[in-house]
Amino acid sequence: MASHRDLPVGLVNRLFQNSGSSSFTEFVSSYAPELLPRRDEVLATPIGDQVPHATTIVAATFAGGVIMAGDRRATSGNVISQRDVQKVFRTDDYSCMGIAGTASTGIEFARLFRVELEHYEKLEGRTMSVAGKANRLATMIRGNLGMAMQGLVVVPLFAAYDADKDEGRIFSYDVAGGPYERERFDAIGSGSIFARGSLKKLYRDGASADDMAMTLIQALYDAADDDSATGGPDVTRKIWPVVGVIDADGFRRLTDEQVAGYVDQMLEARMISPDGPIAPLR
Amino acid sequence: MPFGYASPEQIMRDKADYARKGIARGRSVVVLQYVDGILFVAPNPSRALHKISEIYDRIGFAAVGRYNEFEELRLGGIRYADINGYTYDRSDVTGRGLANLYASNLGRIFTESIKSLEVEVVVAEVGETKDGDAIYRLTFDGSVFDEHGFAAMGGQAEAVAGRLKERYRESMSLADALEVALTALTEPGGERPPVAQLEVAVLDRNREHRKFLRLTGARLERLLAQTSQPPASPPPSSESSSESSPESSSGPSSEPPSKGSAGSSGDTPPPTGPEGPVDDGSSPL
Repeated sequence: MASHRDLPVGLVNRLFQNSGSSSFTEFVSSYAPELLPRRDEVLATPIGDQVPHATTIVAATFAGGVIMAGDRRATSGNVISQRDVQKVFRTDDYSCMGIAGTASTGIEFARLFRVELEHYEKLEGRTMSVAGKANRLATMIRGNLGMAMQGLVVVPLFAAYDADKDEGRIFSYDVAGGPYERERFDAIGSGSIFARGSLKKLYRDGASADDMAMTLIQALYDAADDDSATGGPDVTRKIWPVVGVIDADGFRRLTDEQVAGYVDQMLEARMISPDGPIAPLR
Repeated sequence: MPFGYASPEQIMRDKADYARKGIARGRSVVVLQYVDGILFVAPNPSRALHKISEIYDRIGFAAVGRYNEFEELRLGGIRYADINGYTYDRSDVTGRGLANLYASNLGRIFTESIKSLEVEVVVAEVGETKDGDAIYRLTFDGSVFDEHGFAAMGGQAEAVAGRLKERYRESMSLADALEVALTALTEPGGERPPVAQLEVAVLDRNREHRKFLRLTGARLERLLAQTSQPPASPPPSSESSSESSPESSSGPSSEPPSKGSAGSSGDTPPPTGPEGPVDDGSSPL
């Protein structure tokens, strides 16, 4: 570990100056800006297609919480570059984010956002409000707009448990920022149009976490069914979607066994009816 | 421009005396190992102005002295830890690194500034096992002490440390450790601080992600109730036989430690009066 001794005294002293802000990002941008995601450099040519992209994330609320699931495929152009990439990240005890778009930038965002939330919490001695968290994330996305224009697009989906309301909340973003709060459910990524269609038919108000996990798995499968850049459950390699549940007890990632259980159940039903459950017509 | 001449020795001595006096005015804080990690206990009437704080995943902070001064250290420590954890990896942030940062900062201020900081700080890190736990105590002049098992600092640090030493055992349960800490913080014959005036936190190695946890409200009350249930906490005599400190004659009388530990009903004074040397804050730490 590089210790403070490598740093000039002036830089060490700055650690102890009150900057007046509880934002980690703001502090780093004055302390060591090179640590932050690249901001305003303009590349000669867009490089978006050469960098692995991540794809479908779905989230939905249930009674007393929110649940998020993401597929595991990363693609570079028409090549599958990774089969087990993680796109759903726990950002603190009561929130998580999923990323679609450029995988590398997305992972960096998730890491930075986690520190941002913890930094505020430790400095201020209180947890940031859910709206505060959503706004902080928006600011970070806005800062990346220049890179997004170069093809390094990253769009997050943010889900959090709101203790004041005892319910889950979902926020989505575009490359210019956000947040846009979503009722009930939302999906992002290239497979999101298919996932959203599926969720629209399968979502039930006041469902249990268990039912909603099944609904999200169905939606991911429908997205993978129609979108080449979204990976379905990889049964032979045993690579399952990442599913995170947040309720009053905090964030927990479902174990592989739990997710495999949902997937098996779904696949069995799809053997008989390949397009999945049918919503009542009237 | 200073007037006249004072020798460097004199200046340093004056600064040290000044800092010690400042620190001695406050109340003590106790940090000790228990079976699952490290426990912090501080009598603190304020709900919002903390003496104990989380710095990073496995690192906690406790301080006594001037609030604005140790708050600055706390914020600086959090910035240092978050920067390093973000730059490298979360596992690369260590208590030792933080203790060194504080030590160099405290030392520089002690030698370069007219007024030294009136603070004393503990940086504690919980490890995977109890052998990985570390407790560093730092004084106003930048000295670092690598403490084993427990540390006490603040107003009556010497007396408190003495009582801690008598009762501390390895691998105590959380309730026992809290009992020991409260006994150590209470003058023999004195009354324990009520629950509302206690700041208690742990670094629990069994927790996921972030190990730091503040114990407040109902959780703390339940824990305190546990401590008072077995009427006499395990007899300290076996452990403390080797060191016959002067307090041992007055302190560990059979039941007073647990009497008032529920905090609410502890108004009956123990039979023995305070006859050990009570630190009035005049003696250096």
